[in-house]
Parts: sequence; structure tokens; C-alpha cells
Amino acid sequence: MIRLEARSSTPAWFNLALPLAAILATLILCSGLIAIAGASIFESYGIMLQAAFGDLQALREGDFYAITETLVRAAPMIFTGLAVAVAFRAKFWNIGAEGQLLAGAIAGGVVGTIPMPGALAMLAMAAAGGIAGGAVALVPAWLRVRLKVDDVVSSLLLNSVVYYGLMALIEGPWKDPLSGYPISPPIQDSANFPVFLEGTRLHLGVIVALLAAPIVWFVIARTVLGFSIRVTGENPEAARYAGIRVERVLLSTALLSGALAGLAGVGEVGGVHYQVMSEISPGFGYSGIVIAMLARLNPLGVVPAAIFLSAVMTGSAAMSRATGVPTFLGDVIQGTALLMMLVALLFTGYRLRFSGAGR
Amino acid sequence: MPRLSVLDNLLVGMPGKGGRLDAAGGRQRLAEIGRSFGLKLDPNRLVSSLAVGEQQRLEIIKALFRGARLLILDEPTAVLAPQDVEGLFAALRAIAGKGLGIIFISHKLNEVRALTSRCVVLRHGRLAGDIADPAATAAREMARLMCGQEIVTPSRPKVTAGRVVLELDGVATNGHPGMALKDVNLAVRESEIVGVAGVSGNGQRALADVIAGMLVPTRGKLRIGGEEVRDRSPRGVQAKGLGRIPEDRLASGLVGALPLADSMALPRIGQAPFSRNGLLQPAAIADFATAQIKEFDIRCQGPQARTGTLSGGNLQKALLARELAFHPRVLIAAQPTRGLDIGATRFVHEKFLGLRSAGCGLLVISEDLEELLTLSDRIAVMYEGAIAGIVDAADATVARLGLLMSGARERAA
Amino acid sequence: MNAVLEQLLQVGFFAAIIRIATPLALATLGEMISERSGVLNLGIEGIMLLSAMTGFTAAYYSGNLWLGVLAAAATGAAMAALHALFTVGLGLSQHVCGIGITLFCTGLAFFFFRLIFVDSSRPPTVESFAAVSLPLLSAIPILGPVLFNQFTLTYLTVIAVPVIAVVLYRTPWGLNLRMAGENPRAADAAGVSVMATRFQAVILGGALMGVAGAFLTMAQFNTFTFGVISGRGWIAIALVVFGRWDPWRCAGAALLFAFVDAVQLRLQAAGIGHIPYEAFLVLPFVFTIAAMAVMSRNAAAPPALLKPFRKEER
Repeated sequence: MIRLEARSSTPAWFNLALPLAAILATLILCSGLIAIAGASIFESYGIMLQAAFGDLQALREGDFYAITETLVRAAPMIFTGLAVAVAFRAKFWNIGAEGQLLAGAIAGGVVGTIPMPGALAMLAMAAAGGIAGGAVALVPAWLRVRLKVDDVVSSLLLNSVVYYGLMALIEGPWKDPLSGYPISPPIQDSANFPVFLEGTRLHLGVIVALLAAPIVWFVIARTVLGFSIRVTGENPEAARYAGIRVERVLLSTALLSGALAGLAGVGEVGGVHYQVMSEISPGFGYSGIVIAMLARLNPLGVVPAAIFLSAVMTGSAAMSRATGVPTFLGDVIQGTALLMMLVALLFTGYRLRFSGAGR
Repeated sequence: MPRLSVLDNLLVGMPGKGGRLDAAGGRQRLAEIGRSFGLKLDPNRLVSSLAVGEQQRLEIIKALFRGARLLILDEPTAVLAPQDVEGLFAALRAIAGKGLGIIFISHKLNEVRALTSRCVVLRHGRLAGDIADPAATAAREMARLMCGQEIVTPSRPKVTAGRVVLELDGVATNGHPGMALKDVNLAVRESEIVGVAGVSGNGQRALADVIAGMLVPTRGKLRIGGEEVRDRSPRGVQAKGLGRIPEDRLASGLVGALPLADSMALPRIGQAPFSRNGLLQPAAIADFATAQIKEFDIRCQGPQARTGTLSGGNLQKALLARELAFHPRVLIAAQPTRGLDIGATRFVHEKFLGLRSAGCGLLVISEDLEELLTLSDRIAVMYEGAIAGIVDAADATVARLGLLMSGARERAA
Repeated sequence: MNAVLEQLLQVGFFAAIIRIATPLALATLGEMISERSGVLNLGIEGIMLLSAMTGFTAAYYSGNLWLGVLAAAATGAAMAALHALFTVGLGLSQHVCGIGITLFCTGLAFFFFRLIFVDSSRPPTVESFAAVSLPLLSAIPILGPVLFNQFTLTYLTVIAVPVIAVVLYRTPWGLNLRMAGENPRAADAAGVSVMATRFQAVILGGALMGVAGAFLTMAQFNTFTFGVISGRGWIAIALVVFGRWDPWRCAGAALLFAFVDAVQLRLQAAGIGHIPYEAFLVLPFVFTIAAMAVMSRNAAAPPALLKPFRKEER
């Protein structure tokens, strides 16, 4: 007989053990799909690992290209992961990081085309992208606070609205006149983010993303705003009773969350593509939800979680090329990881009690 | 619209007739129950429109409808006016007369003695006594069994009330779940405990919310310490020196998932010493909690213990501590001892009387008339969102309060 | 402008509204049933997609469209059961689980579609359902071709609305379901298993979502594409709010939305001035958000929605 029993506190090592257990369970479950696809499980996962972090030979020779690629891909996911973590802390159900990212990319892309000195251009892009992302996130938050509209659905629907807005721009007035393709004109060369390691794509945005995590952690854990966000999420009634202006906190949270997602878009424009196209985000916004949950909404945990998902994504593409297993295995892993993490979270509130035959 | 009726509530879980709900049969049974036990209810009314007392009647009807042989009632009279208690008891006697068993759980000794034919006393989850003839047993004896010792009613030292510290002047509200306020006038003076009595759902919650800054009135003035409160938000009333003990400790007072220290700093988190320039000061927060835990003897695993792990009595101590540490001029407490054991209740009462001696004004909203009679200097009775009358404690009797609670206006107030 | 109006008032336009409304109505009803029992199913988008895929595949290989519909319903039910296991059985967050189910189902749908059909230049197609003219009725002028020359699945959807209404409001099971969503404790006290009721409601809802997906790949279109659902699931969730959790109103909401979508499609085809076609594509989404903003104020969701029920807890 197995029963769930409420527990009052969780040991600290749970923060590490739970996501690892969830990931392990996910990989075991998904190995079934690899088998169905007729490939060798260990070989497939091996290829994924190598593609994401480099093979031993390369690593021994000091070739860290694969790792840097995984980091480059992780950067936008760190931002969206932080965006979701901040939002979910306040129980503002922001499923719209994807649209906020696109808005950030558009704003960054527009500002980036204005001739400006490099540093100023990058700052202006970040500011514009952050504001644009924040503005998009403000819509569902405002609708919820003022009109009691469910934030999940409105933020989700806004993703499509922003996406079609982007399409209308790059197929219309904002189409690159030189290439004639539905992509935006490239940003100024001076606005291209500097690359830190010769021969890689490790750009400024990656460093900023890695720095953003501890900053967001500090805001959540050590400031009055972060405290208000946490209390509003845990118990809005008590927050209101204590004099916290819950509506204002939700709007601030949305602004912060959307700005972080917007920065993800700016990083992709300034550091990777140097222009805006319709497929600029392969679902980074949705990955952010998985990442935030794997991190247990802790901003510091977002970094490893984002690197994991980034590795899965780059890895599954390589694995697909080598073994013929569809690359969408990466998407399945992502969804499964989220579900497994939720199950793992049960152990924070409850413990399994195995009672003997005699009870 | 997802709303259920009285009939729906009766039919749920019952087998249907030919795959459909048996509405006609349900109405018939309901009418029968109304005839035999005097428990009547309109089957078409929506449950959400029922008053608390009617909801209780529905629950009893439901049990009878299903052919229950045993009813268990847990503190059923808390939501009733004294007059309606007699009606309930009549119905219960009729039910028992038809051969059904009733377990009646109450902390009100006079009710137990009036209604029951046998009584067991529980203390700390153990059987403390079994009384064969409650009616013939002294209340004092029962109380001794309940507490394990003679209970001492706290002494109320003589003090003279001072200036008015809390005043409601023609306050009205709307849009509140439950009863709205209609033209409430009420004053609390220094060194005075004013009790607020009334059948649950007669506007007590709106009254508490208006004073606590949770509900902005549509009309009227609120004065604290003689000054009109313009910023009628939780922060605004707090800034004027109001201490607040909310009715639901874990729903609106403290945050179960946070460390106790954070819960205790919560209402003043934006002020020094708990934060400076928008940055939290964890050391100051922990020091405050540690000091208060010691001062109020809050039983917990330290300031970092999860708030939700504390017992009800210790939660209430924590709430008291976080308010009293800032020396309120006036304290409003809603149902301050609900769900507390006798020890914790006495602690709360002693603290209240101590505050009164120290010059603080108190407004205590309670459904427990005994509590109000023990503590108060004056008792205001609420009925349908208004003050039906204010009685000096010296002249207050349960009968007189009960009359007011059921809507009989006092002529010579 | 006159040309556009003419386009709009054709018989084909009204028939198109009903065709567009069918999958939305099915999905909305499915979500409504789930929510009435107290479970928000945000997995709907993924469930519809995966069901559309499995239904299409089953039909493709068996050559039997109805087998495809059955497979889609079974897929929807199975994935909804998974959602129920997490949210009802384990009491996990309905929001996050739903998103998880959507991501999971989306991944599975893409994975298996690519595995089964490999990447080819010509997408696989099935001979999709043909419209069925009801004898006599379809001969009625104007109304006939609009209402009585539709797919069998559409007729079934029309019948499903009163059936669901009767089940919900007039049968013991329907009352149990409503009670589970409004006052699970009272339902439990009345001897109703809240858990079982919610499981049943979520699974039935999932089956309807599955059929909605099947309609898209086997009636409205004749192939499966990655974008075949394109937000219809999310819109269904909004339509439940708009339809105030009532089967009739939900069906009405689906019709109203289909009207907006049909107008949008016609305008897109007609191409007015220099308005980019995306402006029309975005219309249904903006309309849905606006509709929610208008309705949410006085909409009353089932009180126990989003709240897990554990028997032993108070």
C-alpha cells in the first residue's frame, strides 16, 4: 500500500535531485520512441550528447565549438525561462513569451537599422526590445486585472497576433529591398553584437543572458518588489490585506517578464541573425515554460535547465541526421520533461509512505 | 450558468428514474420532510442565494432525504440567532423522536445541557468524561472536564475609557460578498473593548473589511485617532495606528508557504528596518521574528519555519505579535479565538485586556457571545448590515442580545 | 465593396460558416464538459493535433474514414486521460499540466507523422468525407444547401448539442458532473466519486476534441499539416468562457466565431486595397480576446475549476 503523505519542508538537495530524476525518467520514456524508430538507443543519445557538448577528441584538443553553440542556443531560452519563472512566481500565467520575444525582435531589429555608435546601438536595441516585450505582456496582465480575462488564453492568443504582425511587416513595408525575401533589412554592422571567442558565435547576448539569471534571482529574493511578487503568487488575499497593491504587482511582473522575453528576441537579432525573419524563434517561448518548471521557478536554476533543453534541441537535430530518427524527438523530450517534472514536484509537497502488509 | 438549486443538491448521488433525474419524486420527499420535521425550503432556490442558516437547514434536509439514520452536527448554532437555535433544537428533537441518532458537537455547554441525553467530553483527542445526564450536571463540572482544571475567567481591571480612537460615521458599502453595510455609526474609545455581536452574515465581514482598508465604503467617514482616514487602503489605516487581526488567519493574515519571519514582516515589508531603498534586510526581518517568537512564546522551529506548519494558536500569536509590536492605537480583531483551544483563547483574551489597560481601543467581532460578554465594555449588535443596538456590558444578557440579533430594534437605546 | 458584399451573401458563405463551426463546436463542447467537472484542459491544442494526425493516419492506411474518426476519438480520450491522471489523480497544476500535454502531444504528432510518412515533396492525402445531402430537406431553397448539404460529422455535432444539454441538466451523471465542478465536497458527501466523475468528464471531453481534430484532416481538409490546428484549441477555451459553460451558448459561440472566420477568409480572398492578408488572419484572434474581455466580467466559471480535490483534505 502506497500513500501520499503531506510533508512540511523539503531538503535542499531536492532542488537538484528532482529535475535530474525528471530528466532521467524523460530520457528513459523517450528511448521507447527511438526504439520504435528503429535506431539504437544508446547510440542515439550518444550522438545527441556529442553534438551538444562535442566529442571527447575535440574536447581534449581544446575545441569547445559544440559547447559554445549549445550556449548560443541556450541564451534566448535563459531569457524566456526567466520570463516565465518571474511570471509564474506571481501566478501571472504568461504563456506569451513567444509573442513577447517576437515583439522584442521586431523592436530590436528596427532600432538596429538606425545608424548609431556600436555601444549605444546595442543599448538602444535592448531597451527597445525590452519595452516592446513588456508592452505585449502588459496586455494580458491588464486584461486580467481590469476585466478578469483569463491570462493563459489571452497571452496565448497574443502569440498569434504578434506573429501575424511580424509576417505583415516583413512581407510588406519592412521587407528587405535587397534580397526580396520576406526578411527584414539587416541591422547596422555597428549594432552586431561582438563575438567573444574567435571562430565561435559566442556573442555578447550570451554573456548578458548568463548575467541576467543572478540579477533576476536578486530581484526576486532580495527586493521588496520580488517579495511582493512572491506573496502575490502564494496568497494574493494576504498580500492585499498586508497593503501590497496586488494589481500593481501583477502589472510590474508582466512588464519584467515581458521585457526578459523581449531581450531574448533582441539577442537573436543582434547576436545571431542580424535581421528578423518569421522563423526567428523555433518555440523558445514555449521552451521557457519547460525550463522555468525544471528550475522550480528559481532564476539560478534556469541556466542549467536552458542549457539542457538547448542541448536536446541541437542534439536531436544531429541525431536525426545520423540515425533518421525524426528531429521532433526533441519536442517530445521537452513536453515529457515538463510532465515528469510536475510529477517530481509532488514529492516536495508529499512523501510516499509505504506501509507494510499488516498496516 | 453553472449554478445549482436546492433540488439539485438533494438529487445528487441519488439513482435517477429511467436514466433521468427524478425531479418530481425529489420535490415530494422534500415536502414530506418539511411536514414531519418543520424543515422547509423552496426546491427551486439557488444554493448561492441561501443565507447561512438556510444552508445549514439544507444540509440537514439532505441527510434526511437520503434516509440517514445518524446525523452529526458540528457547532451548528454558530450561524444562528438564539431564537433560531430553539427552532433547530425543535427539529432535532423531532428527528430524534423518529428514532434517528444525533451526534451534536458544541463547545457551548448550555446547548449541550439543553438538548442532549448523553454527553462525552473530549480533551486533546482523548475521552475525558462521559456524562449520562447532561441536564442534571453542572456546567462548571463539564468545563472542568474540558480543561482538566478549573477555568478562571480573566479579570477585567477597572479602567476609564478615554478619547474616541476609532469612529465610523454613516458608513455604507456595496458590492461585498455577504451583507453590505447600511449607515453604520460606531465609536471605540481608548481603554475600551467594544464587542460586535450578530448572527453570521449580517455585515460583520464588511465592517471588518472597511476598517481594515480592504473595502472602500460608498458613503460615510472613517476616523482613527480623531483624524479622518483619507487613504482608505490597508496601508492608509495602518499608518494611522490601526492594528488588524483578520478573521481567516492563513487565508488573509499570514502566508503558509513563506517562512514565519517573512509572514510576520509582511504588512510593513516596505518600511525600515525590514527594507531599505527597496532592498530587503533579511537580518532585521529575522531579528524581529526571533524577538517576537520569544516574547509571545510562539511554538515553532524558529523564524525560518514554514508558516503553514504552525498550529492555529501559534498562528494567532504570530498575528498578534506582528501587530502589537508596533503599538497600535486601536485594534480590530475578527473572530480572534475561532478554532483555538482553551489555553490559546485565554492567551488572546489576556493580551486584549492588557492592551485595554494600556490605553488601546479594541473592536472585537465575534460570533461567540460568551467571549463578548467576558471581554467587552460595550456590545454592538449587527443586524442586516446595520447596528441594531449598542448595549453596556453591565446590562447585557444573552436574551437581550439575542433579541437584537434577530432584528428587534431597541426602542430606548 | 459591392463585390465583397455579394461574395458574402452567397449560399456558399453560409454553408462555410457551418463547416468552420463544426470542429470548433466539438472542441468547445469537449472543453466545456471538462471544465464543468472542474478541470481546465489546456492540452486541447495538442490533443486536437495528435488526434488529427492519428485519425488521418488510420484513415490513410485502412481506407476507412470512420475508422480514422474512431482512432482520433480514442487518441483524444487517451491523452485526456493522461491529463486527468495528472490533474485529477495527482492533483497537479491544471495550467502547467495542460501546457505540458500540449507540448507532449505536439511533439508526438510531429514525430510520428515524420516517422510514418517520411519527408516527401507530395503530402499524403485521403479521399475526404463528402457532403451528404439530406433527402427533401436539402431541396428547400437557400436553407437547404446551407443546412442540409453538410458532412455527416456536422449533422452529428448538431445532434450532440441537445444530447449533451440533456445529459448535463437532466441525468444523474450530468448532475454529478456539475456538482463535481461546483461543490466537490458536497458531491463527495452525497456518495459521488468526484475523482471518477472528473476522469469521465475529462476523457469524454478529450474524445470530442479528438473528433474535432479528425474533422479538420478528413472533412475540412484532406491531409495533415503541422499547422492544421493553428490555435483552434486555444480559441475553443475562450469560446467556453464566451459560451458561459452552457452547451447551447457554446455552440452559439462557435457559430459566431465561425462567422467572423468566414468573413475573414472571404475578405482575404477578395483582397481589399492594400491591407495585408495577415490583418485578416489576425482577426479571429483579436475577436476572441475582445469577446473574452466583454464576457469575462459577468462570466461565472464553475467555482471548483482549477481546484484539485483530495478527499482527506479540508
